[in-house]
Amino acid sequence: MLAYLLRRLGVAVLVALTVSLITFSMIYLSGDPAVALAGESATEEDIESIRRYYGYDRPILVQYLDWLGRALTGDFGQSHYLKAPVAEVIFERLPTTMLLGACALTFALVLSIPLGVLAAIRPNSLIDRLALTIAVIGQAMPSFWFALTMVLWFGITWRLLPITGSDSWANFVMPSIALGYYVTPAVMRLTRAGMLDVLATDYIRTARAKGLRPHTVLFKHALRNAIIPVVSLAAVQFGFMLGGSIVIETIFAINGLGYLAWESIQRADLPMMQAIVLVLSVFYILLTFLADMLNAWLDPRLRTA
Amino acid sequence: MAEQVLEVEGLSVDIPVTGGMLHPVQEVSLTVARGETLAIVGESGCGKSLTSLSLMGLLPSRAERRARRLSLLGEELAGKSERAMSDIRGNRMSMIFQEPMTSLNPAYTIGDQLAEPLERHTRLSRREVRERAVEMLERVGITAAASRLGQYPHQLSGGLRQRVMIAMALICNPDLLIADEPTTALDVTIQAQILHLMAELQREFHAGMILITHDLGVVARVADRVAVMYAGQIVETGTAAQIYGAPSHPYTRGLLSCIPIPGRSRPGEHLGAIPGVVPSLIGRMEGCHFADRCALVEPRCRKGDIALRDGSGSGHRYRCVLDPETPATQEAPA
Repeated sequence: MLAYLLRRLGVAVLVALTVSLITFSMIYLSGDPAVALAGESATEEDIESIRRYYGYDRPILVQYLDWLGRALTGDFGQSHYLKAPVAEVIFERLPTTMLLGACALTFALVLSIPLGVLAAIRPNSLIDRLALTIAVIGQAMPSFWFALTMVLWFGITWRLLPITGSDSWANFVMPSIALGYYVTPAVMRLTRAGMLDVLATDYIRTARAKGLRPHTVLFKHALRNAIIPVVSLAAVQFGFMLGGSIVIETIFAINGLGYLAWESIQRADLPMMQAIVLVLSVFYILLTFLADMLNAWLDPRLRTA
Repeated sequence: MAEQVLEVEGLSVDIPVTGGMLHPVQEVSLTVARGETLAIVGESGCGKSLTSLSLMGLLPSRAERRARRLSLLGEELAGKSERAMSDIRGNRMSMIFQEPMTSLNPAYTIGDQLAEPLERHTRLSRREVRERAVEMLERVGITAAASRLGQYPHQLSGGLRQRVMIAMALICNPDLLIADEPTTALDVTIQAQILHLMAELQREFHAGMILITHDLGVVARVADRVAVMYAGQIVETGTAAQIYGAPSHPYTRGLLSCIPIPGRSRPGEHLGAIPGVVPSLIGRMEGCHFADRCALVEPRCRKGDIALRDGSGSGHRYRCVLDPETPATQEAPA
C-alpha cells in the first residue's frame, strides 16, 4: 500500500512540474509581455527598460527556474495590474471557487449515482429513459447557455434567486447546478454501465445463492465494484469543472478564481495568469491522486497486487 | 430407503426470446435422497444448468418456472416468494459454480464472504462466526486457515478459491448441495482432489448432492445415480451401474462411445462422435428430440411425445421407443 502511495505521489509531482513548464512557456507564446505591459504609446526604450526590469530579457528556461524557485516558497510575484502579491489575491479568491466546486460536485454525484444505479436495476424502464433523457440534454447543452436560461427564469422572470454575487448560499444555487449538471451525464452513464456489468457477474450470482438480501447484493457487492471507475472519472470531471468555473463565475459575477482568471486575461496580467493555471492544475493533480487513493481502498487488487 | 431431500416433478422453464418461446427445461422429474449423489449429465445447452438455477430460484427474471412438485424435505418451494426463497438459499440448499476465478467478489476478504451466509441465516456471535469460518476452511483442506480469512480472492489459486466456495456452500449445513460443473475450470490434478473432497464432505454432512457435469469420467467416480439430459429433457436415468453397464438410449450410448477407455482405446484410434447439432428449443417440438441425430431413427420416433419408460422395472428409465437390445451401440462414423 505504501509503495503504491509513494509511486502515485511521485507521478503526481512529475505531472505538476510538467504542467507548470508547459503553461509557463505557452503564456510566452501568446505575445511579448513587455510590449503588452508598456501600453500603446510606449517607445522602443520604454519597452526595453520594462523588459529588463521584469527580467523578460533572460532566456525562458532561466526565467522559468527563477519563477519556479520562488513559487515553491509561495511567492508568485506581484500582479502587474492589482499591484499586490499574486499569492495574496489568489488565496483570497480560492475559497469561493472551492466552495462552488464542492457544491457542484455534490449536486452532480447526488443526482447521477442514484439515477445511474436505478437505471441499471431496471434497464429500459421509465426511470432508465428519464436518466437517459437527463444525460442527453446535459451532454448536448452548453453550460453557459444552461446558466443563462436559469438566470432568465429563476432570476428574472420568477425572481426566486439572486443572479449575481457570492454573499449568501442562495448565490451558489444556480452556479452549482449549472456547473454540476455539466458533469452529470458522464458520471451517470458510467455508473449505469458499471452496475449493469457488475450485476451480470458470477460473484453477484454467488451473493444471491447465499440468500443475501437484495440491498446487500446491490450495495455491498455490486456498487462497491461498479463505483471504482466512477471515482476516477469524477476526479477528471471535477478538473473540467474547475475550468468550467471560469465561464460560470463570469456569468454569475462570483468573486472566485475563475472570475479572476478571466479578469487577468483581459488585463494581460501575466504573473497572475501563470499562478492561477498552476494552482488549478495542482488541484486537479491532487484530486486524481485522491481518487487513486480512494480506489486503492475500494479495490484490494490495486493495493495488494 | 433414505429420506428424500429433493423431489421434483414436471419442472419446466420457459424463456421468451425474439422469435418465440424457448423451452430449455421440459418436464424434468428427479429425486435426491440424503447422502446420495445424482449426476445430471449432458452437453452444453441441454438445460442442465438452468435446471439447477431454477431449483435455487436463481433464474433470470424474464424466465418462468413451472413445476407440479418441487419440494425440499417435503416442504413445497414452488409457490414461495423471493424473500422466503432467500431464507432457504445458502442455508438449507446451496450451490457451487463452475468458475471459481470469478465467483468470489474481488473487493472483500475470504473471511468476510465466508461469514455472510452465517450472518444472514444464523444468530451466531461474531466470534462464533469466525471460529466456524476457520473450521470450515480447515475442513476443505486449506492450511493456515486463520490467516486466509484476511486474504482477498485474487491472492488465491483457482483450486483454493473453489475450496473456499465449497466451504461457503456448506457452512450452514445444507440439506442439498448443487454443484454446477465444479471442476471444469480447474487443472486436471486439482479436479481429482476437489471431487474427492466433495464426495468426502457430502458423506460427512450427510447432504443430498446434485452434480452437474458434461464429464462422464467425473460421473463414474462419484455418482450414485445418473440423469442424462438432452435438449431440455431427461432421456435416461438410473443408477450409475445401470447407465454405464446397459446404456439404453442411443444418445447415452453415443456419449459413452465418445470417452476413451484405458486399455480399450488405442492411440490414434477415432473416438466416437455424435453427428449433427442440438435442435433449437424454440417452440413446440414433436417426437424424440434426438431423432435427427440418431442412427436408429424410425418413423414412429417422430410422432407424439415419447415418454420415459421403465424397461426392466428396476428404476432404470429411458425415453426411447426402441428396445435397448436392438442392434448394439452406435458405430463411430469413419
